[in-house]
Amino acid sequence: MRAIGVFLLLALFPLAMQAMDSMFYVSLASRILIYAIAATSLNLVLGYGGMVSFGHAAFFGAGAFVVGIMAVEGVRSAWLAWPAAVAVAALAALVIGALSLRTRGVYFIMITLAFAQMVYYIFVSLKTYGGDDGLSLPGRSTVGIGTLGNDLVWYYVVLAVLAAVLYGLHRLVHSRFGRVIAAIRENEARAEAIGFPVYRYKLACFVIAGAVGGLAGALIANQSSYVSPSLLHWIQSGTLMIMVILGGVGTLWGGVIGAAVLLGLEHLIADYRIGWLAALAPNYQDHGGLAVGIVLLAIVMLAPEGLAGLFARRRDA
Amino acid sequence: MLELRAVSKRFGGVVATDEVTLEIVRGEVHALIGPNGAGKTTLIGQISGVLATDSGRILFNGADITRLSAHARVAAGLARSYQITSIFRRYSVLENLALAVQARSGTSFRFWRPVTHERALFDEARAIGAEIGLQARLSTVAATLAHGEQRALEVGLALATRPRLVLLDEPMAGMGPQESRAIIELIQRMRSRVTVLLVEHDMDAVFRLADRITVLVSGRVIASGAPAAIRADPAVRQAYLGEELAA
Ligand SMILES: Nc1ncnc2c1ncn2[C@@H]1O[C@H](COP(=O)(O)OP(=O)(O)OP(=O)(O)O)[C@@H](O)[C@H]1O
Ligand SMILES: [Mg+2]
Repeated sequence: MRAIGVFLLLALFPLAMQAMDSMFYVSLASRILIYAIAATSLNLVLGYGGMVSFGHAAFFGAGAFVVGIMAVEGVRSAWLAWPAAVAVAALAALVIGALSLRTRGVYFIMITLAFAQMVYYIFVSLKTYGGDDGLSLPGRSTVGIGTLGNDLVWYYVVLAVLAAVLYGLHRLVHSRFGRVIAAIRENEARAEAIGFPVYRYKLACFVIAGAVGGLAGALIANQSSYVSPSLLHWIQSGTLMIMVILGGVGTLWGGVIGAAVLLGLEHLIADYRIGWLAALAPNYQDHGGLAVGIVLLAIVMLAPEGLAGLFARRRDA
Repeated sequence: MLELRAVSKRFGGVVATDEVTLEIVRGEVHALIGPNGAGKTTLIGQISGVLATDSGRILFNGADITRLSAHARVAAGLARSYQITSIFRRYSVLENLALAVQARSGTSFRFWRPVTHERALFDEARAIGAEIGLQARLSTVAATLAHGEQRALEVGLALATRPRLVLLDEPMAGMGPQESRAIIELIQRMRSRVTVLLVEHDMDAVFRLADRITVLVSGRVIASGAPAAIRADPAVRQAYLGEELAA
């Protein structure tokens, strides 16, 4: 029920912004929702599956580049480009997962990081598709006769995808498959000993997460009609991880909350000058990263289980 | 039913199991006894596929399973319990058992339908819960169970996979006399349905339950046979039973 309420508010948000003539916020909100999808997909492997993947940007970025490259080559239909982005990301996740999931713990973290950096260098070396400079798209994807160029339409498309992803995650978590994934996180050795082919389940989880990450990538390429190699960089993987940890590892809304708080905070610090803070430290906006870091530290210390946990506790009380 | 042919395992310099040859016949309760560090748990690990076997062969119902993965052996009807309790601590007793039932009833590559709608899984889990004496504790989180109850759940997880051969590694470890009796009665009840390999230090239990006994010392089988013969075996008395029976 709460979910319906949240989505109702999110659906009304752009109408309010339109009335106030602040369409910039609609664009910012769709960016946040796209990152919410990416972070939610990471939360599936990291939170529900207990696999600390430090290479999720590979799938996010690969999805973005597939849409970008196809658009440059003249294929702009969302019906073609987006499934292609999902398929390529899933395939990348299959290969990377198949090799990485042979290892555990710190090795798994390092090997996923290494593979993701390899994907990064592959795309940066594609000089015909922008290389270091990134790739500019001729415009947003098309559906049928129209394009998704209108920011209002675009926002609702992104919102619909997020709703579908969250509903899918909700179903998955409570399905047979979800139970197995959670059991593996809880006690991997015993899960194998009662007869579950643990490796196959982990790999399937990794591939699903990668595919959804690729879908988020397809959206981010459309967001500003530009694909930057930084989408693939390990810092991007780290950012997604921070969103998940901030919002709540292994919670349905964790990725959404984390993305909203982190990107909202970054925007707030960069674009608003807070009087009393400026009086204390006049140049604080030049050190936005540090300021964000301090706030994040405070949040993590006050809500060690993520912000979603804070809501849950309030409900219990 | 199960045949071990010169099965060995070493950990660095330690030879944990040393060319163990052993046959378990369908329908029997076969006890595996021996002093601490004899290699009993190692052998269970090798049979269940959790530990890779260095040399030798393991046959189950005539098929070579030496290189088969642990989960595939469960599918073939071979399950184990652990000496050191290994349960899903944050799950309730019922969820623990339902998960193990799920592992053996169809594929779990199902992503949409809520598992709680699958009545059959939970009905079977409830029946096993009653069998192991936890019918009043089904909704209790496993981590908060008493030690003896956790040990019962440990055995229950193995039984819930509907094995044809179950390997029980010291199921009564750390239990009081009353709880031990419940486990002995459980094994008595299930012996008509499932073959049992029982590792146990409690000699009362071993001699009450076992059709045959194998004695392992320093990774080697020093004797194997009927309980009366084992009890009378001078080598066994010297290596192990002397101290145990005197105690
Ligand atoms: N993972 C391991 N790594 C190194 N050595 C091991 C390992 N597991 C067992 N060992 C060694 O192998 C030998 C056999 O151990 P095992 O646990 O199989 O004995 P056990 O008969 O089950 O003893 P207990 O009655 O105490 O349970 C011991 O010397 C032990 O120290
Ligand atoms: Mg042992």
